[in-house]
Amino acid sequence: MTHAMTTKEVTQKIIHREKMFILDVRNEEAFQDWKIEGEQFSYLNVPYFDLLDGVEDILDQLPTDQAVLVVCAKEGSSIFVAELLEEAGRTVSYLSGGMKAWSEHLEPISLGSLNETGADRGEVVQFVRIGKGCLSYMIISEGEAVLVDAARMTDVYLDYANERQLTITHVFDTHLHADHISGGREIAEKTGATYWLPPKDATDVTFEYAALEDGSRVQIGDTKIDVRALYSPGHTIGSTSFIVDERYLLTGDILFIDSIGRPDLAGLAEDWVGDLRESLYKTYRELAKDLVVLPAHFMLIEELNEDGSVAEKLDILLVNNHGLNIEDEETFRKMVTENLPPQPNAYQEIRETNMGKQTPDLEAQREMEVGPNRCAVR
Amino acid sequence: MKSELVLDAKGLACPMPIVKTKKAIAGLESGQILEIHATDKGAKNDLQAWARSGGHELVKHEEDASVLKFWIQKG
Repeated sequence: MTHAMTTKEVTQKIIHREKMFILDVRNEEAFQDWKIEGEQFSYLNVPYFDLLDGVEDILDQLPTDQAVLVVCAKEGSSIFVAELLEEAGRTVSYLSGGMKAWSEHLEPISLGSLNETGADRGEVVQFVRIGKGCLSYMIISEGEAVLVDAARMTDVYLDYANERQLTITHVFDTHLHADHISGGREIAEKTGATYWLPPKDATDVTFEYAALEDGSRVQIGDTKIDVRALYSPGHTIGSTSFIVDERYLLTGDILFIDSIGRPDLAGLAEDWVGDLRESLYKTYRELAKDLVVLPAHFMLIEELNEDGSVAEKLDILLVNNHGLNIEDEETFRKMVTENLPPQPNAYQEIRETNMGKQTPDLEAQREMEVGPNRCAVR
Repeated sequence: MKSELVLDAKGLACPMPIVKTKKAIAGLESGQILEIHATDKGAKNDLQAWARSGGHELVKHEEDASVLKFWIQKG
């Protein structure tokens, strides 16, 4: 019986910077577009259909001194290849659920306490969607929780809240997402929480929502952990940030660790570049410098901290993030409107799904979300 | 399009559609066409890449309702 490695185990290897050899048996195009990233991982891509007659040709390319993981789209072909390798005397694993499961894995990582003086210290938990580079947040205090930018795998958040006996009271999306399907509305429906969206991004939505505007505030728990909205347009016209307990700055898709948001996914790059500039160079610069920035994405696996979280102080980003250090406005305009990376897979359909205009089934939702997020300019 | 042989790979998951395609095409002569019906969405890119690497040509593909249809000419 060939060993199945879970997405959780792979995630732990990435966080602990362990070595692993990945034999990716998807077609070349799929591998080039998107793969499992690990700082200490090495790779070989040979499509499974070139291995149907046997694996002898690749045996000498597979190491024997580290774990070997066979990966395919949905696991079937990786099991097939892993069995051939076992028959040839090698010990390998296959990725349980394949890249489909990898895209959906969410790893909850606690960022620790919010309020060091209170009886209940509160907590921010970052849910790292490691395969796609999406980050969502649960802010917790005294049995209550709010969610920000939840992914469509709603059970993960609901189970987590259930296990810790938390009541979800508010669910926010910082903007209308174009790279992934939001789970926010569904979670709000299932829990009775209030679902908030910036009205400027919600002009075409088909459902009721609470208007998330500059200065909107909610409080969590009796110790009143404060969550305050800060209008910061540029990635979309409605993009809104959050300041949590005067300690964390949730930047959505405006500011990342080593990159900044792109203004073109709703087709209005030229119009929104000025807003993006203003948010990054004025609004954020007026904030307390010791705020810890929590973005909605990471781009590179190197951005993960030692505990697997993605977070950095604002004053450090103001110095180190290239996108925050372009003096000349024209140079900035060019950088965020020209030579942009390819747009995310199916981003128009994803936007329409998040507006409630399309209701694709689960399999179609998975297809739409295939690949990396591509929400940044570097 | 006229095909020599029709392969029903509906309901099969990777790698079976290609395993069966490979077997079926081995029985054809160069220039003859194999028609494949599949339901696995991944089959599209994989069949295309497999045909290219094997010297065959994907001459046509269609998608009706949930069934994907491919016509591959043996090289």
